Amino acid sequence: MMLDARLTGDRPIVDAPAALADSPLAIRGLTVAYGGKPAVTSVDVTFRPGRMSAIIGPNGAGKSTLLKAALGIERPVSGTVTCWGKPLARQLARIAYVPQRASVDWDFPTRALDVVLMGLYRELGLLRRVRPAHRETAMACLSRVGMQDLADRQIGQLSGGQQQRVFLARALAQGADLYLLDEPFAGVDAATEKAIIGVLKSLKSEGRTVIAVHHDLSTVAEYFDRVFLMNTRAIAEGPVATAFTADTLHAAYDGRLASTLPGLSNGTPHAE
Amino acid sequence: MMGAEFVSLSLPPMLIGTLAAIACALPGNFLLLRRQALIGDAISHVVLPGIVAAFLLTGAVATWPMMLGAGGAALVAVLLIEAVRRLGGIEPGAAMGVVFTSMFAAGVLLLELSDTSSVHLDVQHALYGNLESLIWLDGTGWAALSDPQALRALPPELPRMAAVLALVATLTAILWRPLKLSTFDEGFARTLGLPVRGIGLILVVMAAIAAVAAFDAVGSIIVIAMFICPPAAARLMTNRLERQIWWSVGFATLSALLGYVLAGYGPLWLGGRHAVSAAGMIATVSGVILGAAALFGPCRTRS
Repeated sequence: MMLDARLTGDRPIVDAPAALADSPLAIRGLTVAYGGKPAVTSVDVTFRPGRMSAIIGPNGAGKSTLLKAALGIERPVSGTVTCWGKPLARQLARIAYVPQRASVDWDFPTRALDVVLMGLYRELGLLRRVRPAHRETAMACLSRVGMQDLADRQIGQLSGGQQQRVFLARALAQGADLYLLDEPFAGVDAATEKAIIGVLKSLKSEGRTVIAVHHDLSTVAEYFDRVFLMNTRAIAEGPVATAFTADTLHAAYDGRLASTLPGLSNGTPHAE
Repeated sequence: MMGAEFVSLSLPPMLIGTLAAIACALPGNFLLLRRQALIGDAISHVVLPGIVAAFLLTGAVATWPMMLGAGGAALVAVLLIEAVRRLGGIEPGAAMGVVFTSMFAAGVLLLELSDTSSVHLDVQHALYGNLESLIWLDGTGWAALSDPQALRALPPELPRMAAVLALVATLTAILWRPLKLSTFDEGFARTLGLPVRGIGLILVVMAAIAAVAAFDAVGSIIVIAMFICPPAAARLMTNRLERQIWWSVGFATLSALLGYVLAGYGPLWLGGRHAVSAAGMIATVSGVILGAAALFGPCRTRS
């Protein structure tokens, strides 16, 4: 089978490459190492504009590392990142990042509203005063994720799902064209998951690009248009129907998981 | 207690103590939230080898060479801590502990080996400072505060400490948002294009300047206590960083003033005949305030 032959080689499955100048995030030859061990190995991937893409792969596949390196948070060994055809550093103003919830100390003495106001940093700069208009913007972002009533709450007193929504509200305040989210659904309640996916879909309908590291394979087809499968190396990138198959999953997960997935049979696209 | 004697003997050390306490407490707030509170401890210990080295090089007890030596030693310590942490793969707290105790010990040896008996330079001075000796002989009464001639004779530590506090406060105000952002969420701060490492470095340098200046005026015990106790107590009083800063300034001031008064007059009130170390009492008061905040502060519960 042709597909199998391609998967066993080093060449990942990709459909016709998107135009580089249009892609909000194009990664070329990206390699990141931790203490000599490669976490991401020469990954090439070109994300499409205006779509919702999931980055999928097993634990330790380097998904979060890919995201962080793409954003310049981690320093890669090699590789280039371009956004809309220009170097990342010149496009940061158009990008919003939602880190993993566990990456910050929620005991930090600050309120939900203050965290959202951090999203307005580019506008506020060092010394400009926070005006009522800024506060209204931040409140509107909190409302969009259903958190308007908890604006004054210290962030440590919020539930995990509420904390995740505050993070998303901060990204909304940035008014970006590209949203990068690291496991936005990890450890959140059902209501939060629904709220978050609703917001992400509305971002997409506004023509913005959403890329999220995602863990739950059962919701991939329901939530996302496209997937990027990786396991240190790139495995496949494309629409859910062609890139999210039993074969590609087998290749990414090393056969560890195939039986646990409903609705997948060999070579058949995941039914919606 | 509030007469002419107070103006010449107590007012200058109380002011210097207060300025030093606030200058250390301000960066202490951020160091505490970054889990780097030990940095203050480390810097205040490593200044000893720094000033001894400066003395050996210049052969004199002069302020500026010694402060430069102390600053240089602080820089060496910060670099060493980073090196031990990265090369040895050792957690930051342990790296700081190893570096500052080694450097302090080396400073003690250096002091012993060199002939410093003729000058006022010893370990005790390094620890306790000389707050009580910062007197203002021309301050013959409250009227002296408006006499330019008399003001010129103020202990030089006072204007120096005031300048350092002004610098630290100004930097904290200007860099407020980057400091807060990079302390809370470093990854996000980077995606805003903020120079996260540079901000961290500025914070440590700011702490070093405050520590070296305060060390010169009041000794290392106060420096260590003021970096940690007022900010830690302040954190227990509020859940907002802005208010935490003000609480820490208040606690630092209270520690310095109350500590000085208790050390100078407390034993006399109790029928004793000698005052006790002001530095020791100020640090003790700050510890008692922290204890009280831990017991009664409104924001003690953590998720």
